[in-house]
Amino acid sequence: MRPKFEVLALFLGAAALLLTVAAVPCWAQMDINIHTVTGPMESHVGDVTGNSHDGRAYYRRSCIGCHGPDGDGNGENAMWFDPTMGFAKPRDFTMATFKCRSTPTGTLPTDEDLFNAISRGFETTNMPRWQALTVQQRADLVAFIKTFSTKWETQKAGTPIPIPPEPPANIDSILKGRQLFQNMQCWKCHGPAGHGDGPSAPTLTDNKDNPIRPYNFATGSRFKCGETNQDLYKIFMTGLDGTPMPSFADVIQPPDAWNLVHFLRTLQPLDSPEAKIWKEWVASHGKELKPIGPESAPGGGQ
Amino acid sequence: MKTKYFLPVLLVLLVSAALAAMAVAPPAAGTVTGKVTYTGTPPKMKPIDMSKEPTCAKEHAANPVMTETVVTGPGNTVEWAVVYVSAGDQGSTPPSKTLRFDQKGCQYIPHVLPMQVDQNFEIANDDPFLHNIHPLPKLNSEWNKSQPPGTPAFTAKYDKAEFISVKCNVHPWMHGYFVVLPTSHYAVTDNSGSFSISGLPPGKYTLTAWQEQFGTQTQDVTIAGGETKNITFTFKALPY
Repeated sequence: MRPKFEVLALFLGAAALLLTVAAVPCWAQMDINIHTVTGPMESHVGDVTGNSHDGRAYYRRSCIGCHGPDGDGNGENAMWFDPTMGFAKPRDFTMATFKCRSTPTGTLPTDEDLFNAISRGFETTNMPRWQALTVQQRADLVAFIKTFSTKWETQKAGTPIPIPPEPPANIDSILKGRQLFQNMQCWKCHGPAGHGDGPSAPTLTDNKDNPIRPYNFATGSRFKCGETNQDLYKIFMTGLDGTPMPSFADVIQPPDAWNLVHFLRTLQPLDSPEAKIWKEWVASHGKELKPIGPESAPGGGQ
Repeated sequence: MKTKYFLPVLLVLLVSAALAAMAVAPPAAGTVTGKVTYTGTPPKMKPIDMSKEPTCAKEHAANPVMTETVVTGPGNTVEWAVVYVSAGDQGSTPPSKTLRFDQKGCQYIPHVLPMQVDQNFEIANDDPFLHNIHPLPKLNSEWNKSQPPGTPAFTAKYDKAEFISVKCNVHPWMHGYFVVLPTSHYAVTDNSGSFSISGLPPGKYTLTAWQEQFGTQTQDVTIAGGETKNITFTFKALPY
């Protein structure tokens, strides 16, 4: 029996449709033109030299989804990061402004700073730890992300701030650090107990006008820029550029900076040596403490 | 014998000195004066709630500080507009004067600070509490520094021309501008919208007026020696 015309037409139509779909490559694998603005770049991490030519391929594979083909942080996934919910937008490499640096505020980070950021990832954000990439691949990526801003052609990386050796923590250093937390008005954003709930916290925005939250010390060790006492020292002495966190390098002397580090550790729910000293002291002397906040701020309160 | 030549020699000396003076003396410089005005309805400025910084709230209790996005004066004039030579500048004098930007009573004084590229300016905190000064450039490097009470003023400069928005993250109502210009021929309008740019050698210039809300406008002006030209920039104001 001859097949009905309708059935034949349906069959042919379906075949045509299948052929069309097969001819269009999957969107996710389509070639996306990456737009860079500089010539080839290099990076130097230890004795590894990275180059942007190789980095380009790794960027396309691992980074483009969030940081975008233009490196401006507008990748196709970026729309799902809601800063009002505390999820930072992907970094915009075209501005060449970076949070985690060993260098003074307003200067470019070192290659090692960028390498560490890629390796460490950013706690509390969608940026994972890229330990799965080899050291060479990460170094190549460092070189490549420099090709998104001409600032890397006209400026040199800053000179890392000097960090003197850490003195041992004791109750004296912690109490001095606590006084500094009061006087430097850290509590205005980070809150009297370091819970990220100070009076200025709700109004904070980053350099792209996105809402941003101050660090909540109660979250434990989830610092954006590393976990060690040295990392903590660097955070407030270099500032997190692009965020409301300013640099205190000009106004806090190195010994005081270590005092502040020791106090900040007591705000975290960690089993740190500082927390141990603090708990013991507070158990017997807690009543002597003046509360942190506007009441005891010079010129504030009342 | 000698006195015989004295007078003619003196005369020759005097004449040549006068000629030399004429040759090196620059042609008389001109001036552009004028006003920046608006038509339409500018946005209403609002009183700022400074209750989060009680010292400032108390200081301004009788006379609340208003927002400064569009500050108007008598006769539809605009304060805090910057007028500058944007083309035709025949070489500006390198900046030597250090400018000053104050944080006082939870306000930036001045609200708009024009400056030349590479010109030094001082940033001072006159308040009894901490400010962080956070300019937000795109072409220049972005830094963010804290200034606790009593710390000395620090000096900064910018190496690229740019309109830079300035804010304090601790006191989000504080807002100002650094206007970095590639010329030393600039002025900022006063509370009657007036400006005056002097020291312009004869020539053809483009003048630009910038206002943070209205954007920019340009006008061409030709200056003859010693002349004073009067021009007016008029922005169309829309309430927002």
